[in-house]
Amino acid sequence: MQQPALHARNLRCVRGNQTLFENIDLRLDSGQWLYLQGENGAGKTSLLRILAGLTLPADGEVLWQNTPIGKQRQQFHRDLLYIGHHAGLKEDLTLTENLLAQLTIDGVHVSHTDVREALCRMGLAKRQHLPARVLSAGQKRRGLLARALLRPARLWILDEPFNALDVHAVADVQELLKTHLENGGLLVLTSHQTPDLGQRAPGFILNLSGQRS
Amino acid sequence: MTLISAYLAALKRDLLLVIRRKTEVLTALFFFVIVTTLLPLGIGPEPDLLRKIAPGAMWIAALLATLLGLQRLFAADHADGTLEQMVLSPEPLSILVAGKITAHWLVCGLPLVLLAPVIGLQFDLPGDAIGILMLTLLIGTPLLSFIGAIGAALTLGARGSALLVSLLVLPLYIPTLIFGAGAVESYIAGLGADGHLSLLGALLILAATFSPWATTAALRISLE
Repeated sequence: MQQPALHARNLRCVRGNQTLFENIDLRLDSGQWLYLQGENGAGKTSLLRILAGLTLPADGEVLWQNTPIGKQRQQFHRDLLYIGHHAGLKEDLTLTENLLAQLTIDGVHVSHTDVREALCRMGLAKRQHLPARVLSAGQKRRGLLARALLRPARLWILDEPFNALDVHAVADVQELLKTHLENGGLLVLTSHQTPDLGQRAPGFILNLSGQRS
Repeated sequence: MTLISAYLAALKRDLLLVIRRKTEVLTALFFFVIVTTLLPLGIGPEPDLLRKIAPGAMWIAALLATLLGLQRLFAADHADGTLEQMVLSPEPLSILVAGKITAHWLVCGLPLVLLAPVIGLQFDLPGDAIGILMLTLLIGTPLLSFIGAIGAALTLGARGSALLVSLLVLPLYIPTLIFGAGAVESYIAGLGADGHLSLLGALLILAATFSPWATTAALRISLE
């Protein structure tokens, strides 16, 4: 049997003395997406952090192309784009400076022009020279997602990508996600609103609420 | 190549942040200047005594000034999520950490070296002794940044981390203080500073080799 690209086996997560979830098995392949549902505190972010390799699960393991992610950190991180709860933006730097620094740290070489184009595509053309602290929450989110345009990564793990976005921007981001899936990417996301990613890409929904004992 | 550009990117971002928010740097610098200026004023015009305490006093002030910036070394990155992204970078985290430590030294350490001649005059230090003092600070302050980074990473996210960092790091600073101040004292006494300087250099090489790795390990634990 063909092994899936992202494979999580028997994951268990413990926070304090409470088990958030256990026996979670995930298989995700090219062009597929996974949507995590669950009430606040159900462990959505914890699961994402485990999948990204930021937290170790209490039990179980995560495999990326048949190898545990801990054993191939460099390759896995090259394939991974994780946008978490925190903005990951330096408040005193402009979006352009933020993106340039972040992408160079990611080992990706981009020019000023590339960054400008990506920001324009996210509708931030006039905001690119303002420090991030004067931007609204939605504008910061869009700036973060501009990183997805500039960095090739097969697996996207997004924590609440639609947070603070207006209707127009939500549609843009969904378009972005659809293109990613069509190009054979994988996507794991949490959201409080059900994403509409089209009929073509097969998606899974995992509800973590029932897991809590 | 990407290793070097990742290192430079981490370094450049921290320096850029410092340029945007100057007060944070100036705090450490002012602290150093004020302490070393008040001391001669408090002790009074006794050149012999001043010359005697100068190396120790300036080294203690430098030590505490570096400590001021340490707590912020990783705390801000932790709060805004950029630290998370650095951990997730395909480049080794230790390289990025080394970039951040270099930035800390350029901001909190190097200015102290450059200020030392001016401060040294207040203590009536002879010119060649000031030269030796600058040399010890030049070798010693990066050492302080390297050792301090380990402490800053270990206490990341802990409550009262500012106090914890001092408790954890100050004992480790003691060898640097002894050899740094000792070099100038023994030079003034006519014994030569070579031995002390060699020891300081050895410590620096040791710290530069192991500190980024130790800091990286501590950061991974703190982020769990």
